[in-house]
Amino acid sequence: MTSTIHTSRVHDSAHLHVTGAARYVDDLPTPRGTLVVVPGLSTIAAGRITTLGLEDVRHSNGVVAVLTAADIPGKNDVSPVFGDDPMLADGRVDYHGQIIYAVVATSVRAARAAMAKAVITYEARRPVLTITDALAQDSLLRAPWVVSNGDAAKAIAEAPHQLDGQITIGGQEHFYLEGHAALAIPDENNQVMVHVSSQHPTEIQHKVADVLGWAYHDVNVEVRRMGGGFGGKESQGNHTACLTALAATITGAPVKMVYDRDDDMKITGKRHDVIISYRAGYDDDGRIIGVEFEQALRCGMSFDLSYSIGERAVMHADNAYAIPHMTVVSKLCKTNTPSNTAFRGFGGPQGMMGIERVIDEIAHALGRDALDIRKINFYPDHGKGEPAATHYGQVVKDGVINDLVAKLESSSDYASRRQQITAWNAERPHLKRGLALTPVKFGISFNKTILNQGGALVHVYTDGSVMLNHGGTEMGQGLFTKVKQITASVFGIDPRQVRNTPTTTAKVPNTSATAASSGTDLNGMAAYNAATTIRDRMADHLAELHQMAAEDIVFEGGMVTLGGEAISFAEAANLCWQGRVSLSSTGFYATPDLTWDPQLGKGNPFFYYAYGAAATEVVVDMLTGEHRVLRVDILHDAGASLNPALDLGQIEGGYIQGLGWLTMEELVYGDDGRLLTHAPSTYKIPAASDRALIQHIDLYDGGGNLAETIYRSKAVGEPPFMLAMSAFFALSDALSSACPGYPGLNAPATAERLLMTAGAVTAS
Amino acid sequence: MTPPLMTPPLMTPRPVRFLLNGRRVDITPDHADVTLLNWLRQDAQLTGSKEGCAEGDCGACSVLVARRQPDGRVTHDAANACILLLPMLDGMAVTTVEHVAGPKGELHPVQQAMVDHHGSQCGFCTPGFILSLLAGWRSGLAWQRPEIEDLIAGNLCRCTGYGPIITAAESLAAATPPEWELARIAAEYDFLEGHHAQRQAHGLLTSDHGQSFYAPDNLDDLADAIAASPDAQIIAGATDIGLWITKQHRHLPAFISVMAVEELNRIDEDDAGFTIGAGVSHHHAQQALREHFPQLDELWRRFGSRQVRATGTVCGNLANGSPIGDLAPAFLALGAELTLRHGASSRRLPLDAFFLGYMDNALAAGEFVQAVHLPKLDDRTRFRAIKISRRFDQDISAVMGAFALRHDNGVITEARVGFGGMAATPARASACEAALIGHAINSAPTERILTALDGDFTPISDVRASAGYRRAIARNLLIKALTDDAVSLAGAGVHSLGLEGITA
Repeated sequence: MTSTIHTSRVHDSAHLHVTGAARYVDDLPTPRGTLVVVPGLSTIAAGRITTLGLEDVRHSNGVVAVLTAADIPGKNDVSPVFGDDPMLADGRVDYHGQIIYAVVATSVRAARAAMAKAVITYEARRPVLTITDALAQDSLLRAPWVVSNGDAAKAIAEAPHQLDGQITIGGQEHFYLEGHAALAIPDENNQVMVHVSSQHPTEIQHKVADVLGWAYHDVNVEVRRMGGGFGGKESQGNHTACLTALAATITGAPVKMVYDRDDDMKITGKRHDVIISYRAGYDDDGRIIGVEFEQALRCGMSFDLSYSIGERAVMHADNAYAIPHMTVVSKLCKTNTPSNTAFRGFGGPQGMMGIERVIDEIAHALGRDALDIRKINFYPDHGKGEPAATHYGQVVKDGVINDLVAKLESSSDYASRRQQITAWNAERPHLKRGLALTPVKFGISFNKTILNQGGALVHVYTDGSVMLNHGGTEMGQGLFTKVKQITASVFGIDPRQVRNTPTTTAKVPNTSATAASSGTDLNGMAAYNAATTIRDRMADHLAELHQMAAEDIVFEGGMVTLGGEAISFAEAANLCWQGRVSLSSTGFYATPDLTWDPQLGKGNPFFYYAYGAAATEVVVDMLTGEHRVLRVDILHDAGASLNPALDLGQIEGGYIQGLGWLTMEELVYGDDGRLLTHAPSTYKIPAASDRALIQHIDLYDGGGNLAETIYRSKAVGEPPFMLAMSAFFALSDALSSACPGYPGLNAPATAERLLMTAGAVTAS
Repeated sequence: MTPPLMTPPLMTPRPVRFLLNGRRVDITPDHADVTLLNWLRQDAQLTGSKEGCAEGDCGACSVLVARRQPDGRVTHDAANACILLLPMLDGMAVTTVEHVAGPKGELHPVQQAMVDHHGSQCGFCTPGFILSLLAGWRSGLAWQRPEIEDLIAGNLCRCTGYGPIITAAESLAAATPPEWELARIAAEYDFLEGHHAQRQAHGLLTSDHGQSFYAPDNLDDLADAIAASPDAQIIAGATDIGLWITKQHRHLPAFISVMAVEELNRIDEDDAGFTIGAGVSHHHAQQALREHFPQLDELWRRFGSRQVRATGTVCGNLANGSPIGDLAPAFLALGAELTLRHGASSRRLPLDAFFLGYMDNALAAGEFVQAVHLPKLDDRTRFRAIKISRRFDQDISAVMGAFALRHDNGVITEARVGFGGMAATPARASACEAALIGHAINSAPTERILTALDGDFTPISDVRASAGYRRAIARNLLIKALTDDAVSLAGAGVHSLGLEGITA
């Protein structure tokens, strides 16, 4: 190993970000005559289109074409899996904001002016909007799915104590700063080049080809970077890509489409909101003996990725707790709302909130500190006692949560702060502080085993510069920086000698989405394998030239040491070229040892678990419900971190994003299914001053990853998001000290919800 | 649509002239309502400034605007290019992210700090942060935590959680300005002075699409133009009108701007109070009134963002008459009056007679708000203004309560109570005001007073709050106004920007 890994290095586009030189899709120089596409959206949530009057639109100034379902030569579908997302509504409308038609024009201004002339009439039917509606009408995407171990009903019945309840958790808009965007450039002989803001270029390639009725090799998709993804660009970019590609093939012109913020929020799916009903049985110490959950997720009008999201929610219903008897029932509610989709955590956060709520309520019932109840229920750490199995059958062999939480409890001064808070609260009728420490255990690997593969392509040029391509996409998480570090470390060169090229389907085929936190695990290992193949070839050749053993050749510090002689990496590359040695290689990686039976809900779906914990302190104004986060302490397990600075960035950013989800971000739909909060004026994500003044974030030193990941690092994209549960339960704690009963807080814990919850509890 | 007829003043149309990244630009845009952002990205091929929301809420489009004030000072503010109309920039100097680094590509200290402290992840919001930081840099910010958070309150980042950006900003206290930057500032100054020396009425800028933008440079011409063209859209900072264009896609054929009239860009103080002209920005007013109205300082700090306050005007906020208005409840409680101007004549009207109904006010056709007068507080009046919103910074209030309570020997003798978010307009709580007379200034309101307040309003439910919450809050804000130990998080030592006094 060389110093290029396990060191903090700045994001490889940082200098481009700060100068405005980093290009996003809408910034690409476009060929002359590039047209734009603007979508025409449904204004009802459910029904049939009775008139689609677009003639005046078609003849409006600057309009080149108007696209409807009838113009699609191939399949009218942009769904990721199930074939249930029409690109353009064909007679039937399933949500308010669904795309019905698209105007291809010389400018957005011309298109908007034309669209004012559209005449669309509907025969509306009563929409199914909420989870409650869907459950009442049995509107489900699939039959309820049950995963269990032991006999939860019996265990609960026989336990010394029981409780039951329900928690409602709102959805969340991704609010990537860059909205969805695509630019399609037609090429000769029925080909198209698509630049798109997407986490999944291969899926874009497939969907574009299917819409056009072409082969995959006719479509080339390129992604340089995204202005944020968070899961919102795993499947939702299919629409812009397919519409621009269709418009480009019909008009013969390059075509660009950029959703404005309002359209983006109305059209695309979000994090699933959920109602979790629970029943638990526990003993006098707070040890959970049995628990039953019903998770009802609002999926929207189609599957999108909800099948797998529902699975992951079920698989995280235990969070970090070994519960002997557990049953989880998953209901995927089909509603006339945008089709909810991947979002950092992918159902995991919702699943975990259920068990954290149960623990919070047990602690309240027993009059104990919730942290005590958490600790007594943890999975054992590895090497400390008999490993326990999860409800889906995977044995937790790599546990660290006891040690991690003990360290955080100490570093955050939890116990003495708990005492101070109690005393402080007693003196103040209108202000209440609260504190909570919550754990995270998050399974790493795509639930769907086949997706756990990655590919890379590495070229070494004769001047020693290296070109790197892999199947992963850069959305800000620093994947390109890390894979560059890995590649450089194999060759023993400076990362600046390695250039990342945009992700493209022409270089690495058949890739998985950059998702499930797996970007570095999969693509980093693939690049490592590609680079190692080249380095081994180089070593073999140089060994022959120098009559020495290949394994004695050292690649380090930009030099290749051949016994007593050292030559530069560039010289070595040139020698190999002269020796007619291939300096290009693909690399491939498939995560080992994964099993999963999706029907039974049993197997070993995860390569390993990532862990973390956070302690958050808040203060609530009991007259207004406003709150502030006062202090946050985080200890997070990134294994042997490849780049501590980038990992800390993921942890801090994930926490704040989670804080937004649980405290302030609220999606409000009208009774007609119209999203009322479709811009930042009404949908509030955290701002700078929402960050706690005191924030300590550290990486847990657990000696690396027990699993053989790339340089023993751990995935870090999603797990920190759930650290923000500590803020939510700190708010619950604050309310508890002001009210006699258990507050039963729902999320997001906005000022209104906090005040009304406190009022309701006090009144009851 | 027929454009409203506007009596053309006797002057020749001329292009908009401004300094862009050190180079003078003379341009007659295709459309008078083209936003600076669209013009930068589409016409000037400067794509570093990003569109994140097109409504001035995310700050990804932030640019630096240098402007000569009537007193000769040059101010450097970040502004949201997405809702600035290009003609508004006449006579100003604009810097975009492409012109922050030095002539040889050397990173500016604000850029270097963001790189060194890992302040960017996806990078899309970064140009906006760079320009906000540059505005702080040019304005001599002390780079302390609360000021930094205020500086970047109008810049949303979804990746970093802000910590690395705040750390980057804190590191700037130790940085020194590069030589080349001083030369650039000097060149901007020369342009602003030169333009001012030769200034003239903006002229009638006419685009190819039947749109006009007129910015007269004196009050009489302005009043005449508005009186002659009552259908023309009066425009100041465009922080609201910009959204009519970008969000509602409204076609507005004619604009008359108040911003070039120097005498409207002033705050005059006399013994009675302050007169704030129609062109005075929130930021300007906040600075000027801070000493006399410390309570308004925090209210203004939470009004929009630095970008919004730099361009949005006090009178525009009142004239626009949103049901919430944020400033209006405070100004109602303080007994503000307006000067309304129509042609050569003007009249004064108490602010509480100005709001007639939802988005409706007492302005006659051809009349406009010339100034607002704010009487000074005497030392027997307690004034409190409390804003409740979903997010502390850069959010429109769910409910806003303002209380001016005059007392004698601890007994309230006169009460003015203004609320926003409780009715179709910002309004006074008259029954509550009457009930407060005779009540002790430092004791919690009686049930009789609270019931009177209940009767003053019938709030509605919307995306910001439910009617029930609004009713509860209105009562509780009155409790806060009367009881010192329950003032607010701020009063308990928890500053809205973080902690003060509490050691966690």
